[in-house]
Amino acid sequence: MENRERQLLMDRSVSGRIGVALPSLDVPEQPLPDENKLRKDLSLPELSQGEIIRYFTNLAQMNFSVDTNYYPLGSCTMKYNPKINNEVASLPGFSDIHPLQSDSTVQGALILMHDLQELLSGIVGMEHASLSTMAGAHGELTGMLMIRAYHHSRKDFNRKIVLVPDSAHGTNPASAAMAGYTVISIPSDKNGNMDMNVLRSECSDEVAGIMLTLPNTLGLFDSNIVGICESIHEVGGLVYGDGANMNALLGQVHMSTIGFDVLHLNLHKTFSTPHGGGGPGAGPVLCNDKLSSFLPTPIVKRIGDYYSLDSPSSTIGKLGGFHGNFGVLVRAYAYIRSMGKEGMKDISENAVINANYILSQLRDHYLLPYARHCMHEVIFSAKPQRTKGIRALDIAKRLIDYGIHPPTMYFPLIVEEALMIEPTESETKDTLDYFISVMKNIAAEVESDPQLLKNAPHNTPNTRLDEAKAARQPNLRWRK
Amino acid sequence: MTQNKYPSPYIPNTDAERQSMLDAIGVKSVNELFSDIPSGFGNELSTIPPALSELELQREMEWLSSLNINQKKSSSFIGGGAYNHFVPSAVRHITNIGELSTAYTPYQPEVSQGTLQITYEFQSLISQLMGMDVANAGMYDGATSTAEAALMACRIKGRNSICILNSVSPTQMEVIKTYTEPQGINIYTTSPENPQITEDTACLIVQHPNFYGYLEDMKNLRAISTKEDILMIVSTDPIFLGMFEAPGSLGADIAVADGQPLGIALNYGGPYVGLFTCKSEFLRQMPGRIVGKTVDTMGKEGYVLTLQTREQHIRRERATSNICTSEALICTAVVAYLACVGKTGLKHIAELTYHKAHYAASLISQIKGYSLPINGSFFKEFVVECPLPPKEVNDRLLEKGILGGIDLSNHFNNGMMLCVTEMSTRASIEKLVQELYDISL
Repeated sequence: MENRERQLLMDRSVSGRIGVALPSLDVPEQPLPDENKLRKDLSLPELSQGEIIRYFTNLAQMNFSVDTNYYPLGSCTMKYNPKINNEVASLPGFSDIHPLQSDSTVQGALILMHDLQELLSGIVGMEHASLSTMAGAHGELTGMLMIRAYHHSRKDFNRKIVLVPDSAHGTNPASAAMAGYTVISIPSDKNGNMDMNVLRSECSDEVAGIMLTLPNTLGLFDSNIVGICESIHEVGGLVYGDGANMNALLGQVHMSTIGFDVLHLNLHKTFSTPHGGGGPGAGPVLCNDKLSSFLPTPIVKRIGDYYSLDSPSSTIGKLGGFHGNFGVLVRAYAYIRSMGKEGMKDISENAVINANYILSQLRDHYLLPYARHCMHEVIFSAKPQRTKGIRALDIAKRLIDYGIHPPTMYFPLIVEEALMIEPTESETKDTLDYFISVMKNIAAEVESDPQLLKNAPHNTPNTRLDEAKAARQPNLRWRK
Repeated sequence: MTQNKYPSPYIPNTDAERQSMLDAIGVKSVNELFSDIPSGFGNELSTIPPALSELELQREMEWLSSLNINQKKSSSFIGGGAYNHFVPSAVRHITNIGELSTAYTPYQPEVSQGTLQITYEFQSLISQLMGMDVANAGMYDGATSTAEAALMACRIKGRNSICILNSVSPTQMEVIKTYTEPQGINIYTTSPENPQITEDTACLIVQHPNFYGYLEDMKNLRAISTKEDILMIVSTDPIFLGMFEAPGSLGADIAVADGQPLGIALNYGGPYVGLFTCKSEFLRQMPGRIVGKTVDTMGKEGYVLTLQTREQHIRRERATSNICTSEALICTAVVAYLACVGKTGLKHIAELTYHKAHYAASLISQIKGYSLPINGSFFKEFVVECPLPPKEVNDRLLEKGILGGIDLSNHFNNGMMLCVTEMSTRASIEKLVQELYDISL
């Protein structure tokens, strides 16, 4: 009887069961191809529908989720995902259209995509957009390829370097490398801004561009931003913006005026589409006039009242099979329309107030490495707690006992024992107060009962798991 | 009237609550919190329309969706990489479970065992379906899977050329080109009958069934790959595998597919999921997330993300790929689909598809003026040469509520590729045939 609820589909399978009623053949049987081409070894589970629904429903209950738990996960913007957005994305007119239907039969989809291009451009203050990229990292790769295409179009083949701050997400250097660039890391200064002296010394005619997250991953708005963009532009480089933290800036900044040439947005963060346990997301790419002819294909063009898929004149090409994660675009479009112009600023203001409120209430209990107002997220360090043998990991795992999802830990890499907390605008003050009181409790527990933290979490389907064993002896699939 | 502007249901705090928080922070107004932003770069959002109520939004979206001709309201014969297959209700129900759809990537395994176990199921069932040793937790779509497979083959072989059969879909070729060109990788196409392999060739990319719907001579292609010491990458259709030999049995080193036919709605092109499998000897060169089984401190079995030293958040610029957020909820749908249809159901769906497609092809080939230019075995897609340009044929079909095939007139004389699945009834097939006949008169 041990672990019955964890038994896998293949172990539950009984030959002769099926989970859905299928139609019979209603045409005359046709000649089959050679017997040796046909499959004899197909192995899949056989279950009734009731068993399947119960299995998945029970598994779902082993998850924390935004629908069930507070999720102050830094850099991930785990805000509430409105339900109407899922409903409208499932309308047959959106969900049952084929990507290769002629443009005249999908005008509604094309209007939506065209208007979303314009809405996103307007919201962040860029001039052009393509919606075809399917995640943040996909957008980063696209931006880097556009920068590369721009330099090559000017017969400038000398630029091999992309600058990336040491606080950047790992996807930034990985995306630059996939685009064929060498990455040089730029350190941060003691205030959490980019070190301008190092930046200036690395700027040369070999620099293709820089990848910046704004606010940066310390949750701070780099007050040198104008100078950073100018330094890069002076040597002929371009500025790429990682839009992971755009929730802080909605309606606050015009990104192209301040100096960004190209950036991506994460619709599954800033624009509330559900994260899905790791996707699907969407990472639209936006740019200024300089780069618009290099955008990936397709983009949606409007002529009069007719909308069509189009390819920019010097496009970097296709980044995926079709036109991007349309189902995600529908949800983001619905969200923007329901928030409206006035709602955009409400989002950023409430996100920033909520983060600063947490900062103000916890700064006497955890080390605050940068003593200034934060933007949409606040970074604490559990370095003082280390003297009691407690690490950021232990604090994070203890939060689970209180029903709170752990914050992002050990990131950015430049803060020791980092705890990165992003409350988002969609949480109530009451929830924030609960979180604050729990964090204070845990700080007290570090003194009174450190073992309690080390053994946490206590009430989850599994206690802490052996990750070293998983990597040393990979068991990656069911076997009989 | 009580008020003109209602607060947003997605931003709960009231003015009073906000004020008390600002007091606690010690600032007079919210603007102080934005004081690091230099002035002169503001955004007035002048092009953004005002907020809609839920009722207005619903009406707006219903109107937009009504401007599209959907596959349910017509009979459709379009394929070309995305396919109109049946989606069981249970699949949609499962992907709507909030604890699955609103969870984050399972970096915290103790509170993500649901997502992790489902991902392990995904890897298991996809390995079994493809007949391969291991599967990852999914890529963006089929085309990006093929492109990542090409990059992986170049890493494994330490070579910089990729040989692609000219029967691979043009879309896949374009995506492969976008992904590989910046890394100095050379791609070239070749005929399936006589593939040209050079010393620098890392792999041969085969689509089976190919872009036109026909089976390739896999035995010959495997023999060439072995003789030339290159990897064979096979891109396939997962429904096809319900009936026909799997890539593993055909000797694929890496096998990929778009998972969309496995219970994912067409969604105008996405979200779908890329299936990615390989031989276990290449595991550490795989891109993407992988879930492994392990034990907890009490000795109880559970699941974690594993082999993460391949990935960008650890390895940064030396990672096997930059991929991070992928298509986890679509993987969940695929597992739910495979559980629902099961072993006998997938075979049955493949057989329905096969017989209906062949029934349609045989009737069309008997109409004067229409012919099938390709000899060989096909599964659900086939090419027809029409008496008129395909554009005209499709326009005429559309008037009758039929979405016709893909225009291949640049490859075949008035060529059109039709796709038939289990979704087509005998009546809809016979109506298509009747209309094609009428058009030819």
